[in-house]
Amino acid sequence: MHGFANPARFLRIARWLMPLCLGAGIVIATLALGWGLFRAPPERLQGDTVRIVFLHVPAAWLGMAGWMGIAAASFTELVWRHPLAGIAARGCAVPGAVFTAVCLVTGSLWGRPAWGTWWVWDGRLTSMLVLLFLYFGWMALSQASEASAGGHTRAPAIFGLVGAVNIPIIHYSVIWWNSQHQPPSISMGKSAMDAAFLWPLFASMLGFSLIFAGVVLARMRAILADQQADARLRRKAMAEATY
Amino acid sequence: MREVMDAWTFVIASYVVGVGAAAVMIAWSLLSMKRAEKRRDEAQGKR
Repeated sequence: MHGFANPARFLRIARWLMPLCLGAGIVIATLALGWGLFRAPPERLQGDTVRIVFLHVPAAWLGMAGWMGIAAASFTELVWRHPLAGIAARGCAVPGAVFTAVCLVTGSLWGRPAWGTWWVWDGRLTSMLVLLFLYFGWMALSQASEASAGGHTRAPAIFGLVGAVNIPIIHYSVIWWNSQHQPPSISMGKSAMDAAFLWPLFASMLGFSLIFAGVVLARMRAILADQQADARLRRKAMAEATY
Repeated sequence: MREVMDAWTFVIASYVVGVGAAAVMIAWSLLSMKRAEKRRDEAQGKR
């Protein structure tokens, strides 16, 4: 893993991997959404509103995956002091928060025709809203630590690890508590979903996951470039002050 | 009494929100990356 600790090596990989992920992701996600909108049949009970699933489920998955990324990077930062781990965590934050917000909005738009209400305070919806607030809190903390200590503080990493406790709560909320939200349709090795919906859903999840990876790499490149520019400007200012 | 709702209104609204948010996020991440890398190159005297 420490082979990737070198920022120059990371940049060499990210320069070709980022456009590849973004390009492939945009193509696959566009085809999958077109498939879901125009080719998938209406569902027996929900009719055409089921088409929201092709956006809602990938957004929910990536909202949770984003925080898992923050938690994994935080663990790596705390245990191995990997120089890119904190940057990777910061790279996951914005796309994770965006997909969590998209999940909440599309879920609300699905809930109105399916349940007759925009929102219910049940376990799944509330824990997903808590995840969005955790992202906001993590981003504020990370920005504050960057401003006050140049990023040399462990507080965001500890917050990232502690916040990960919300992920299993989101996942199991529909099993542990009575919920308006349906239980998981897809689990390891089996699916209650018909193949007509399952394949475009998988394609959409793949496409949006690639977009997520591309955005994380772009964010990491931006953060790294900003840090390198700041370091260079600081060195210049110190050299000028010495003479 | 059963409320009549057009399913496509909710579907289209969802796609506008989801695709719009993804497009803005991609554009913002690429622009901020380009800006940061240009700033680094200028600081290093490459441009």
